[in-house]
Amino acid sequence: MAETTGQGANAPAPTHGRDSGASRDGLALRLISPVMRLVEIPMLFLQRLLGINRLAWVFLLPNLVLFGLFAFLPVILNIAYAATGGDNVLLADRPYVGARNFVTLGDCASYLDPNSCREDKFWRAVWNTAWFVTLQVGIMVGFSLLTAIVLNREIRARGFFRAVFFFPVLLSPVVVALIWKWILQREGVLNAFLDWTGVGGYNWLVDADWAFGWSVFLSVWAHMGFYTLILLAGLQAIPRDVYEAATMDRASPWRVFRRITLPLLSPTMLVVLVLALIKGVQTFDEVYAFTGGGPGTATTFIIQYIYEEGFAGAPRLFGLAAAASLLVAGVLVVLTLVQLWLNRRSADG
Amino acid sequence: MTQLKLLGTTALVLGLAAPAMAQEIRFMCYSDGNECEVYDDVLTRFEAANPGVDVIVDVVPYQAILENLPVQLAAGTGPDIAKVTDLGGLNQYYLDLTPHIDTGYWDASFGGTLDWYRVGDRQGYYGLHSQLTITGAFANATLFEQAGIEMPGDGATWEDWAAASRAVAEATGTPFPMAIDRSGHRVAGPAISYGAQYFDAEGNGSFAGFEPFAAAFVGWNEDGTFARDVWASQGGATYQDAAQEFINGQLVFYYSGSWQVGRMDSQVGDLFDWQVVGSPCGPAGACSGMPGGAGIVGFEQSQNPEIVAAVIDFLAQEDVYAEVAARTRNLPAHLGVAAAGVEFEGASPAAQAALNAFAGDLANVSPIAFAYQGYAGNRAMFGITVERLSQAIVGELSVEDAVARMGEDLAAAMAESR
Repeated sequence: MAETTGQGANAPAPTHGRDSGASRDGLALRLISPVMRLVEIPMLFLQRLLGINRLAWVFLLPNLVLFGLFAFLPVILNIAYAATGGDNVLLADRPYVGARNFVTLGDCASYLDPNSCREDKFWRAVWNTAWFVTLQVGIMVGFSLLTAIVLNREIRARGFFRAVFFFPVLLSPVVVALIWKWILQREGVLNAFLDWTGVGGYNWLVDADWAFGWSVFLSVWAHMGFYTLILLAGLQAIPRDVYEAATMDRASPWRVFRRITLPLLSPTMLVVLVLALIKGVQTFDEVYAFTGGGPGTATTFIIQYIYEEGFAGAPRLFGLAAAASLLVAGVLVVLTLVQLWLNRRSADG
Repeated sequence: MTQLKLLGTTALVLGLAAPAMAQEIRFMCYSDGNECEVYDDVLTRFEAANPGVDVIVDVVPYQAILENLPVQLAAGTGPDIAKVTDLGGLNQYYLDLTPHIDTGYWDASFGGTLDWYRVGDRQGYYGLHSQLTITGAFANATLFEQAGIEMPGDGATWEDWAAASRAVAEATGTPFPMAIDRSGHRVAGPAISYGAQYFDAEGNGSFAGFEPFAAAFVGWNEDGTFARDVWASQGGATYQDAAQEFINGQLVFYYSGSWQVGRMDSQVGDLFDWQVVGSPCGPAGACSGMPGGAGIVGFEQSQNPEIVAAVIDFLAQEDVYAEVAARTRNLPAHLGVAAAGVEFEGASPAAQAALNAFAGDLANVSPIAFAYQGYAGNRAMFGITVERLSQAIVGELSVEDAVARMGEDLAAAMAESR
């Protein structure tokens, strides 16, 4: 009470504070005013010339130019490259071939058998990517959910474990690949351990199935921390009182999970699923550094195919690479639209 | 007035300095060992003899030469000079040195290697072959001795070496009997020895006759004669060698090339005895290795073509070339230097003997191998060989299908290049 009275009695103090803030504002205004007056003249002129609505485009122009230069122009150039042939990088020196690159990519007796396709490496990459995404996303989202649920409980050293799961996300993909390569190579840590236990080592990265399996594992290990974090945030957003009510009704943990956690977490799950799908389709760097796409083409994914056709091989088939990248972009656009549609449906209840 | 004089003098100095600064030559260089360092040192003498010329050696990774340089050249932003390995492949950008050099001296000094840089109608003088290499085999003599098995002698076939290496590996508990680098260039010599033609009747690239070698090589990878790790642990056309396995004493017979001598010399030391045994023979009669290496070329887009030509011509002079060959421990492509013999600087007796053995094996190089090295489409063929042969080794394709695919890939690549 005394404090309240005191504050009331010392009224000038806060007033003084406001004064200093006002004087700072005044100073800023005094500094800006001349600049604004300079800008005002051409703005008034433009406003009179174009009208208020069209003037908005003048403000948007710098962003539009930059965005156009770095986002739209590459897309347009990509389309142009996809419609041209030859191995010259200069668009002006590339002959127009229409849809030939797309026809080459799509020329298959059976899409289920890459050996029957003209561009068999492309279809091997497509199927590898499809298998990889299915396995990796399924396993990763499952494990991320499990980890998030565990880390959401009141366990000892919860902060430490959260950091442990998130740590691989901070590593560079090349570092991730090299760490696991050192572990899994013929004379790596894992084989040394298996030799020591008497089980005997195995040449993991020379066997196509194992190399693919380890690529999925490596990718899950490297990325699940990110999705765990998102799901953890989703779990923490679920009101506690719903769980308290379920406890009072003596609902079993499994029923609580099925009837409360999963439905209320589904919007977050959806985001995680679509993000993981998009990221999965784009997988390249870590697996490329890990296996180089081998053995044979066992771990060659679609982005590696694009890189090798367009940049690493000879001759450089920019047209074929651009056509393949447009197809990948199409798939990603479809996935994004599905996400938007599902989000809207979920928001509409 | 004094200030005016000062300003005038400064302007005059800057004006005079400008042309000198314009004579800056950029040399994009990669090293297998100490090549760029030696060039940088040797070129200081050129700079001293040509005041105002500054040759800057930009040391880059080999990958930059393969992937970045062609794009830079296409975009018109390339260096003035570069050390390249895709000899004919970049011909369209090369500066023709003919007006600036003594072509008689170049013909007498470099002979057939000049053709490696020529393509179609462009038949000038483009490249100084600075680093001649030849593929061949290193054998672990200590393992042969421990196993009590005689090393196959001159004229021995691939089959002879495979049998001997398997026996040595078995007797000594060595994990790998044989290995060939994962490279289309490296298997070319053995493939020619098995009957690969590499060219059709019109002189275009071809994989005709490749199948016997492919079948043998895939079989050796299946039965454990060859280290499966080398060809099956990678994808695409990625290069992979087996030098570390040889250096670690885990490999009996290693087919690589003369550029590995320095590495063997410094890293094997006296751990075991090794020797160069040249290229084994094949059923087609040839015992061919594959020549190769790197060369120094200038580019038409340079602002200072005369200086570029002068720099390359300086490096081509016999005394300079001999010094560089000795200091970098590379086989000389300069006929005069080769004839005089090179005392390789700092090379142990084993390395000196190995380099001499490689140089001696040059006589066995098949004309097909020599032509293949100069073929403008060889990089595409090297890549196709590695990709398809690897697929056959891991069982994705049969040998027959792999060779058929090689032909189709080549036809598509050539059509696109045209």
